[in-house]
Amino acid sequence: MAAYLARRGATSLMTLLAVITVAFFLIRAAPGGPFDGERRLPAQVEANLRAAYHLDEPLIAQYGRYLWMLGRGDLGPSFRSKDFTVNELIASGLPVSLTVGGFALALAAGLGIAAGAVAGLRPGRRLDRGITVAAAAGLALPPIVVAPLLALVFAVTLGWLPAGGFESPRHVLLPAVALALPYLAAFARLTRGEVAEALAAPHVVTARAKGLPAHRIALRHVLPTALLPAVSFLGPAAAALLTGSMVVEEVFALPGLGRHFVQGALNRDYTLVLGTVIVYATLILAFNLAVDALYTRLDPRIRLGR
Amino acid sequence: MRGLLRAAWAHSAWTRACAALLCAVVALAVIAPDASPWGVDEIDWDAIDRGPSARHWFGTDSAGRDLLTRSWAGARLSLSLALLGTAVSAAIGIPYGAIAGYFGGRVDQAMMRAVDATYALPFVFLVILLVVAFGRNVYLLFIAIGAVSWLDLARIVRGQTLAVRNELYVEAARALGAPRTTILLRHVIPNLLGPAIVYATLTLPGVILAESFISFLGLGVQEPQASWGVLIADGAREMQGSWWQLAFPATLLASTLLAVNTLGDALRDALNRRATLAAPRE
Repeated sequence: MAAYLARRGATSLMTLLAVITVAFFLIRAAPGGPFDGERRLPAQVEANLRAAYHLDEPLIAQYGRYLWMLGRGDLGPSFRSKDFTVNELIASGLPVSLTVGGFALALAAGLGIAAGAVAGLRPGRRLDRGITVAAAAGLALPPIVVAPLLALVFAVTLGWLPAGGFESPRHVLLPAVALALPYLAAFARLTRGEVAEALAAPHVVTARAKGLPAHRIALRHVLPTALLPAVSFLGPAAAALLTGSMVVEEVFALPGLGRHFVQGALNRDYTLVLGTVIVYATLILAFNLAVDALYTRLDPRIRLGR
Repeated sequence: MRGLLRAAWAHSAWTRACAALLCAVVALAVIAPDASPWGVDEIDWDAIDRGPSARHWFGTDSAGRDLLTRSWAGARLSLSLALLGTAVSAAIGIPYGAIAGYFGGRVDQAMMRAVDATYALPFVFLVILLVVAFGRNVYLLFIAIGAVSWLDLARIVRGQTLAVRNELYVEAARALGAPRTTILLRHVIPNLLGPAIVYATLTLPGVILAESFISFLGLGVQEPQASWGVLIADGAREMQGSWWQLAFPATLLASTLLAVNTLGDALRDALNRRATLAAPRE
């Protein structure tokens, strides 16, 4: 298993390098530059600026320079926010995004898996049908719809929770719920289907024929196998929640990583966009690796190191 | 394909309602923007930021533009972009999967290895990368989004091809000396088109969501053009005093997503049932 994880880690590093390379050249190929402002800069000033940021060098030299800096953990200065380095901007935004995303993931996976298991263990009952309908509705409610609605109802109208900012745990609640909703529904549907299917599996029929009590069958024979797909769904869900948090960061004015990305993309702030992309990619790849490791521990059928 | 549609239609009254809803949304997206007496960016100076009325059924936005016209023009653009992306993904995914499955062996291995490698990158992530590169041209952006969302489809089509490849009619064509490209184009691909189209519908909601997400952030469709993402972003800014600015486009987006999801599921169910029936009995 250690060998397998080492190999997966190496692949992840290769993927990361590929992402950095593609992102670097894609951004440079995009039309517009970081110094196209409202007012045209004097040619001499622009030339000096470009020289100061090494934008006058050949692309490949810039790429080499960037990788060299990256190797030392330096993401460079921000082109637009002149007084900040990208490291500083990311250090301020990352905890916010991680808090919201982590809370949303816990909510989506925890509640979603529980609801799906409850529904799947009693297929066809009223509770099952209720949960299935709710899940179908949840899948059709993306954060761009739910986030403003929650803000309107719970923050503006009822005044129970703050409408924006990032000061206390209460500030995280609405954004996390808005972000989690479609994934909660997705977890519930996935789990429901797997549990219902596992109930009909031969080993469960045998367990029932032996006269085992229902809760023992559910806990020992149904859930362990039926929950595995939900575990592997954690990877893509986490990635989507992390990147999806851009929307709730806009709506709830959270000073997170997503806002830096959006601002950077709008302003052609090369280093800031690249920095956020690299941080996102690293987090996603690391999380997928962790999920893989968890999966190999949970599923005894997987014999690794083939 | 027609059998599949009939089976999906017979699925439940709920599916039929969703099909009707989707047809209505598409029809209105085609007709309503031109049939409306107001233009997409025409300003009614006597009704700035007004609620629904006989004059403006969905109300007006803060610039005095008719929201009914803008909502349906938004539907037209959002759905067109989603269809464009889905069409591109089908145009890549179907041949890719068919070639990998039909030729098999080393070709298949290399092609599917490439798909697996690309899977390591989540869809949303690819999308935000593409936004940076193509942000100024939404059509190009959605062609690019289509060009990164064909992975699932390629896998499905490859599986279908593996099954179709061994059918008697393919063997007959081979025995008659038909060249491989002819067999692929005339015998294999037409016979897996039904399932392929079903799985292509399942990529549609993802692309609709991507459009609304990108435009909401201001990185996709730009004012004065309207799309669901743009309208919801505007509505969210004004929701405190003017609920209608958010309510109409948000409801449209959510109900369209619901209808597309439901129909996709019903089609997939019909397909799975057919596969189970066709499978050889032990």
